[in-house]
Amino acid sequence: MERDEETSGPMMEMCTNGGEETSNRRPIISGEPLDIEAYATLYKGRTKIMRLLFIASHCGGNQTMQLEALRMAYDEIKKGENTQLFRDVVNRINGRLGDKYKMDSAWCESVDRRAEQKKGRLENELSSYRTNLIKESIRMGHNDFGDFYYACGLLNDAFKNYVRTRDYCTTAKHIIHMCMNAILVSIEMGQFTHVSSYVNKAEQNPETLEPIVAAKLRCASGLAHLELKKYKLAARKFLDVSPELGNSYNEVIAPQDVATYGGLCALASFDRSELKAKVIDNINFRDFLELVPEVRELINDFYSSRYASCLEYLGSLRANLLLDIHLHDHVDTLYDQIRKKALIQYTLPFVSVDLSRMADAFKTSVSGLEKELEALITDNQIQARIDSHNKILYARHADQRNATFQKVLQMGNEFDRDVRSMMLRANLLKHEYHARAGRNH
Amino acid sequence: MSSTENLITSIQGLSASSGDLSALHRILKGAEETLRADSDLQLSTLDQLDPSKHSLGYLYLLDVLTCGGPMSKEKASEVVLLIARFITSCDAEQIRLASDKFVSLCKGFKDRVLELEDPLRGVAPLLSAVRKVQVSTKRLTALHPDCLQLCLQAKCYKAGFSILSDDILEVDQPRDFYLYCYYGGMICIGQKKFQKALELLYNVVTAPMHSVNAIALEAYKKYVLVTLIHSGQFSVSLPKCASTAAQRHLKTWSIPYTEVGNCYNEGKISELQAVVVAHSSDFEKDNNLGLVKQAVSSLYKRNILRLTQKYLTLSLQDIANMVQLANAKEAEMHVLQMIQDGQIHALINQKDGMVRFLEDPEQYKTSEMIEVMDSVIQRTIMLSKNLIAMDESLSCDPLYLGKVGRERQRYDFGEDFDTVPQKFSM
Repeated sequence: MERDEETSGPMMEMCTNGGEETSNRRPIISGEPLDIEAYATLYKGRTKIMRLLFIASHCGGNQTMQLEALRMAYDEIKKGENTQLFRDVVNRINGRLGDKYKMDSAWCESVDRRAEQKKGRLENELSSYRTNLIKESIRMGHNDFGDFYYACGLLNDAFKNYVRTRDYCTTAKHIIHMCMNAILVSIEMGQFTHVSSYVNKAEQNPETLEPIVAAKLRCASGLAHLELKKYKLAARKFLDVSPELGNSYNEVIAPQDVATYGGLCALASFDRSELKAKVIDNINFRDFLELVPEVRELINDFYSSRYASCLEYLGSLRANLLLDIHLHDHVDTLYDQIRKKALIQYTLPFVSVDLSRMADAFKTSVSGLEKELEALITDNQIQARIDSHNKILYARHADQRNATFQKVLQMGNEFDRDVRSMMLRANLLKHEYHARAGRNH
Repeated sequence: MSSTENLITSIQGLSASSGDLSALHRILKGAEETLRADSDLQLSTLDQLDPSKHSLGYLYLLDVLTCGGPMSKEKASEVVLLIARFITSCDAEQIRLASDKFVSLCKGFKDRVLELEDPLRGVAPLLSAVRKVQVSTKRLTALHPDCLQLCLQAKCYKAGFSILSDDILEVDQPRDFYLYCYYGGMICIGQKKFQKALELLYNVVTAPMHSVNAIALEAYKKYVLVTLIHSGQFSVSLPKCASTAAQRHLKTWSIPYTEVGNCYNEGKISELQAVVVAHSSDFEKDNNLGLVKQAVSSLYKRNILRLTQKYLTLSLQDIANMVQLANAKEAEMHVLQMIQDGQIHALINQKDGMVRFLEDPEQYKTSEMIEVMDSVIQRTIMLSKNLIAMDESLSCDPLYLGKVGRERQRYDFGEDFDTVPQKFSM
């Protein structure tokens, strides 16, 4: 009885969805608390498990969410062959989900045994292919090994094997296949420099790539840039992803993620003209933005200077974005940059700004706003001065003529000083040289 | 006895023209040994000679008489008086013939004056001595540092400052130069002319040297503190033109100062004061405690200056809070001081307790400003001329040409770009 209730829930959802994973009516990444099941259906393979585990460890004190995530992770792992992760999850569940979700040592042993057998078989096959010296078979052999290790969770070995196929690749298709595998494993390992290099290798292919493959490569490259904190480059890559990607890259990234990452990075790093040209007027990217209507709204708000609602959307999205495995470390930086850009953009068109109205627009206090503006003025990002008595911000444009005179006089003095110092030093060197020459002769 | 008599008559006779003077010089050089051996030679014999006319001979005799070892206090003071009178009245032309002797005489004079613990007596004579020995105002003599040292001891900074206003362009002895710059820097600090002090100390710190010497180290410590007071910024790295030895080692020997500098950059008064207190024994040992205190008080000024960049008006209480002063009254005092010094332009409204910061009212339109610009232009042109002259003289210097000729193989100039004539290649 219990079993039926637990398992019928997700099954029913799957039926109403018609079995497809993209036609979800409700947006998944939104201001509401994350629907873990819907989120998990966006992905497949190892990344699904890793994302669920990440949510479980980062959801704060929310027990129900944590248990939900761990349960789904358990189910997913059991479908695979990774016993290490299995043990991990069982430890984390710690018996809280009842008898069905506890350590199943029988399953572990059987999986391990099968793995050993498979490994032996693969090794035999590989050695026989090697003696036969048929390139294609050796390549397939290494590939199979890579897949096997990946399924078991031994990522380093998987990576090594995939890379070894490189020597046996004969067509461009093989090379692309190898690159895609290498990229997948590198993303899982978190080594994004490898990702960049393999993306480059794949893109240097003399034949034109299929659009889906090209889109996948751009996603991977965008992810790599994001992790390396190069937000502008990441945004550019994500915005170039063609909508044909659809769900084909589910083992790494979902189209919702492309929209979110691309949108936020663009907002944080593009200037106004680039934002309009590449994001708002970008027809291809519009399809992605439809999947995350809140991000679309907040970008439009920012562009039309409705800062209060833009920041409100950002605030509501924050909790869910912190649960995303790739964006987690960057949420604060991106938010900070977006806020700074909003402040700068607000003050740009005006000669004087009333600080209390600006504080209302940004939903903050006047003194807090003053501190933020002070920081921006010190960084020379706003050319203005604060009238603290009347709480007004006045734009200040430097007087070019005076500044030039000042600079000229200063330069004259510096030249004077430097040349005199130089002549003295030259004199000292000359004297030393003469003294040494005198001693030698 | 008779040889001394002969000598005196020849001095009196041959001190008229330059030809006679060179002959006299030769005689004096020959007679030096016998003079030293002559135990009857007394200070009274000098009365026969007139210091202004017979300077050369007087110089030699004085030197023999006074270079002896320790003297009693009365004799020393008598000698000092004699030498002072000589220096003030001697003839510069004659002196320059025997400048080494003159210099050593003056150095001895300085030592005696310091022994008597009355440096003030020596200041004026040494000032005139420097002027007389100088061949040109651009050249550093060995007496410059001694004169400056006496001025420092006597605390008459103005007198020392008058020497410093010459531009020194040619230098013979590095050690003299280092001492000159170091003492000069200290005098400028005493006069609160921090810009010039910075220049002088900078010259020592960046002078070419193979190994760090004590003068450079002390100068570096003061240089750090004066940079803080004058420009409010500190960078740990030395300018690129400093010698590699200096760049590597100066910092390791002056760690308390670099700490103060780094803390200053942060801008928090309380932390800076804590650092100062922690290292106060080091500062006292180096006699730099006063300078350090000046640096700490200049941090307030720097922070207030920064506020003028960001604010148009600010209440005195806010200033006090932001700069970590005790209360609004102190803030008012600081701001008032800075307005008077010309460091900021502002108006204090005492009724509201508000300060309004103004832009620099200098419009660069007055005739005084044009004069200033003109003088700067002239100076720059003069300097450029000097530089070109120096370059030309260097390219004719045989030693330099010899070295370039020897290294010809290293630089492949090509056939049509022969800067050094063939005869210089070895």
